Amino acid sequence: MTKISEETQETRTGGLTSKPVVDRKDKQQKRESKNVMQVEDLNLWYGSNQALYEINMDVPEKRVTAIIGPSGCGKSTFIKTLNRMVEMVPIVKTSGSIKYRDQDIFNGNFKQEYLRTKVGMVFQSPNPFPKSVYDNVAYGPRVHGIKKKEVLDEIVEKSLKDAAIWDELKDRLDANAYGLSGGQQQRVCIARALAVEPDVILMDEPTSSLDPISTSKVEELVQELKKKYSIIIVTHNMQQAARISDKTAFFLNGELVEFAETDDLFQNPQDKRTEDYITGRFG
Amino acid sequence: MDKGLQSEGNKLNVQDLIERNKQKTTFGQRIEKVIPWFLLLCAIISVLTTVGILFTLLRESIGFFSNVSIIDFYTGTSWSPWSGEYGVAPLIGGTLLITLIATVVAVPLGLMSAIFLSEYANDKVRRVIKPILEVLAGIPTVVYGYFALTFVTPMFQSIIPDLGIFNALSGGFVVGIMIIPMVASLSEDAMNSVPNALREGAYGLGATKLEVVYKVVLPAALSGIVASIVLAISRAIGETMIVTIAAGATPNLTFDPTESIQTMTAFIVQAATGDTTFGSTIYYSLYAVGMTLFVFTLGMNLLAQYISRKFREEY
Amino acid sequence: MLGQNEEGIKKRMEGRVLKNKIMAGLFFLATSVGLIFLVLLFYRVLTQGIGYLNWNYLTSGPAPYPEEAGIWVGMIGSIMLMAIVAIFSVIIGVASAIYLEEYASQNKFTEFIRVNISNLAGVPSIVFGLLGLTFFVYIFNFGYTLIAGGLTMALLILPVIVVASQEALRSVPIDLHQASLGMGATKWQTIARVILPAALPGILTGTIIALSRAIGETAPLIIVGAATAIYTLPDSLLAKYTAMPIQIYNWTARPQEEWQFVAGAGIIILLAVLLLMNSIAVLIRNKFQQRL
Ligand SMILES: Nc1ncnc2c1ncn2[C@@H]1O[C@H](COP(=O)(O)OP(=O)(O)OP(=O)(O)O)[C@@H](O)[C@H]1O
Ligand SMILES: [Mg+2]
Repeated sequence: MTKISEETQETRTGGLTSKPVVDRKDKQQKRESKNVMQVEDLNLWYGSNQALYEINMDVPEKRVTAIIGPSGCGKSTFIKTLNRMVEMVPIVKTSGSIKYRDQDIFNGNFKQEYLRTKVGMVFQSPNPFPKSVYDNVAYGPRVHGIKKKEVLDEIVEKSLKDAAIWDELKDRLDANAYGLSGGQQQRVCIARALAVEPDVILMDEPTSSLDPISTSKVEELVQELKKKYSIIIVTHNMQQAARISDKTAFFLNGELVEFAETDDLFQNPQDKRTEDYITGRFG
Repeated sequence: MDKGLQSEGNKLNVQDLIERNKQKTTFGQRIEKVIPWFLLLCAIISVLTTVGILFTLLRESIGFFSNVSIIDFYTGTSWSPWSGEYGVAPLIGGTLLITLIATVVAVPLGLMSAIFLSEYANDKVRRVIKPILEVLAGIPTVVYGYFALTFVTPMFQSIIPDLGIFNALSGGFVVGIMIIPMVASLSEDAMNSVPNALREGAYGLGATKLEVVYKVVLPAALSGIVASIVLAISRAIGETMIVTIAAGATPNLTFDPTESIQTMTAFIVQAATGDTTFGSTIYYSLYAVGMTLFVFTLGMNLLAQYISRKFREEY
Repeated sequence: MLGQNEEGIKKRMEGRVLKNKIMAGLFFLATSVGLIFLVLLFYRVLTQGIGYLNWNYLTSGPAPYPEEAGIWVGMIGSIMLMAIVAIFSVIIGVASAIYLEEYASQNKFTEFIRVNISNLAGVPSIVFGLLGLTFFVYIFNFGYTLIAGGLTMALLILPVIVVASQEALRSVPIDLHQASLGMGATKWQTIARVILPAALPGILTGTIIALSRAIGETAPLIIVGAATAIYTLPDSLLAKYTAMPIQIYNWTARPQEEWQFVAGAGIIILLAVLLLMNSIAVLIRNKFQQRL
């Protein structure tokens, strides 16, 4: 237990703030270009309604992958499949495979709960629990059996710092999260997701209900977070995708039309449909 | 030591802790498996209650009907268990008389209240009056009984001088007062759910509010209103304390509201408080009467459900 | 010609408007009848009972003379009864509601449970008394005791608690389920740590309202043998007992006028307890509404 607290201490001074270290690591990652998740031939049905068709996609490690596409094209469905949240809808059926670090997540031995500690999620509208800020952030560690107050204190502080909201809230940890502004709530939700130190973070339009200032804060945060986490972010806003992502996937009617480096996709789309969409000809 | 690596090491650590905890969460896993079964068991208790009621009523009634013929029970017109006469008609008659009086009081008053609240009262008035009216439904029936005996009966006696202390009139009247909020509340809900577009159409043709109520709102809300009345009647049939206290203990096949009568429920109370020995015919007769009462109220409730289901289909 | 016609229409119009006004008055009058009787009832009870409401009344039990009789034993009996009712009905009721809302799949069996619960709510309370008499008094052989009365009443208000809890659980936003499951929490962890706490105010409000119905119930208690002449407080679950409404009924049923004053005083206490319980329920509800 003492070990972890020392190390968190280190992280706070070294992990996030000392740029060179992380940058070097970032470059290493790019060179190696490892994949954290691999989607193969994924099909998904809501009852008899097919919502995803033959999706193949490799999600790169420690980079931001944006998912764009018109409303109803299956973006939310797709990322909810990555942590199996989509199965909350009882009529859902899937085929194909999704691998998280070479393990098949649909395999019966691969526990959903375990998957979700590795693949965390931030939702479209902020959904903090009606509890204190502290209890919100400590929720994940607690349900996974971490009870020691000192350890939880460490985790809460570190997660709030990583979510860039520690300075605003450090004196209000006992305040009910419902009393915060929408932007603050969303960053508390991000901190809550970070608290179990997942590997991948899924974000479903995390800024769509926020004002411009809160939005830019979350965008900056995403840039910081990709140094440690692999991020998949759904967005309606193409400028946002262009601003913050490294790779972009374009979905249309349940199909993955094009998936490329963000610059390439926006400047030099290979598919006619992508071009139409980003030039605003439909959707 | 490389700082970047260290942060990597830390990252593994929370997940490591979780991992380590996972090894010993077999207890939690067991809870996860046991809980749904425990919950199901509890949900089944409500079913068991129904089964228990049916079992109780049937078994003891069968015991009763081995002593008294079922035909005599339902066709006899004299109820005098202490001298061996078990014709249930006077008790049913008493119950029906009370129910009739209560309906005559509650349906017009309840409906008119509902119309007032839903169509005439503004929001502020409604928000004050509706909860106050609903207080009527929350007053214990023993209190109503007291009120019927010590206030309503003397009040009626000043109009009808030879009215006895125990009579169907004040019992039924107070039961009616008690079920007003039931009729008013449920009918008002039904009227409220009539789409405003329908009303506006009629107003557009120059109809007055009253005409809108009669020609548009009441017909559209009819099944909801009928369902509320049926439910209120069912409540009146099962009402016990008011009639026990105020309507008397005289099994009496009459439709004269000024007479003392006895309802099915009042008989059950009378027999249970008297020296009824376990296993005697009178003891069993409690259940035969209870069974009859149960069938009446169940029938009413099912009817109300049927009507309001039809109502839902219409919209 | 034209002028006459217009005159006619105008007259008829005035008639219709007048009719509307008259009926509006009638509707209001009808509404007032209920309210007037409510006021009369309170007035009657207060004027009859207030004279007997003194310290002696609050601290004594039943007695052969009106001046010596009091509500104490009945009141404590009612409170003990409600404790038993609350424990059983809340555990079983909330658990049933969780099962129906969170675990049950939408099949015929759960639909059957739902229909069953709504029908149970319409069964007259005296029939529950007969159920208690057969099962708790005779088959379980508890006799005419506190536990027999408590269990009977618990079954009686069970449907109310189940329905109120179901509503409270249903009103917890799906967002919170998702947030918790998304953290890797299990289903039960989600329910126990997030859903139930969020639904708690609603469940509490429903429970208090159900209990306030139970505390005034008289008929089933008479059937399962709450006695009238009990002079000491019950000292165990298997003790004989009496309750407030039983005392009130007993006093009301006596012919001498003084006993009606005694009953009136008892009713004042009973109504005060009800008022208190309902105020608490409203307070909880208001506080909760502000929160969301
Ligand atoms: N619970 C559900 N049951 C049945 N069909 C669903 C369900 N959720 C989504 N769908 C269908 O699946 C398709 C994809 O929906 P999805 O929510 O993934 O779209 P989206 O790209 O996220 O849209 P938006 O940009 O509006 O959020 C749609 O046609 C939708 O109707
Ligand atoms: Mg979406």
